[in-house]
Amino acid sequence: MQNESSTVLDEFQRGDPATFDDAFETLFHLHQRTIFRWLMRIVRNPAAAEDLTVETFWRIYRAHARFDPARGFEAWARTIATHAALDWLRTQRSETELLIDVAAPPASDPAISAEIRVKTAKAFSRLPPKLRIAAVLAVVEELPHKEVAAALGISVAAVKVRVFRALRLLRKDLQQQGITP
Amino acid sequence: MNSHEEDRMKQLLKQALPPTGDPEPERDLWPAMLQQLDAQPAAPPWFDWALAGGLAVFAVVFPASIPVFLYCL
Repeated sequence: MQNESSTVLDEFQRGDPATFDDAFETLFHLHQRTIFRWLMRIVRNPAAAEDLTVETFWRIYRAHARFDPARGFEAWARTIATHAALDWLRTQRSETELLIDVAAPPASDPAISAEIRVKTAKAFSRLPPKLRIAAVLAVVEELPHKEVAAALGISVAAVKVRVFRALRLLRKDLQQQGITP
Repeated sequence: MNSHEEDRMKQLLKQALPPTGDPEPERDLWPAMLQQLDAQPAAPPWFDWALAGGLAVFAVVFPASIPVFLYCL
């Protein structure tokens, strides 16, 4: 998507004080939007996504020595961002932080009422964060399982298992509320 | 849960949480990044702590090695 020269990546990885800060700033400006969008997909809260973008780059700054230029910066940064988001989700009380916009979803199914959408979103926010991330990326954002697996640092099979478990728990929660999906 | 129920749950989830699209941050985040860098000096990586711990244990177990270490410094 965005290209940075191998020189910048090498300077970042080496951590030479003479060039490191400039290389880091270049990478930050090149990738801050991509990382913000990735985090928005997971946390769905603009303020939290902004804070987590900074937190992600702070982790990147500290972990520069472990960066492998051959792997590519964006995939590595995305993995770090996903773990930062996971840590954030674990600290949040469920139901309160998820911004739920159910007023007018695009191409909404008339058979699904706003009330059911709200209850589904709230039930989803009660799921374990690991399952939520897998489900939101694979089902809602429709990303390839391979991409989700790389971001979470797990296998494609494990992504499928997490998505299935998320949907099963979601269904069970809704059934307990008297909703038959 | 059979595949029909799974598809139904996926559809319901997509309706409840529409895709975010391509949102942009409302501000340039670099000033916040600089603030973070100024506020928190980078901590030594974990393997530096592990190395220091290992040396400390070695020095306790083999105190005679301390002058050798000091000579090497």
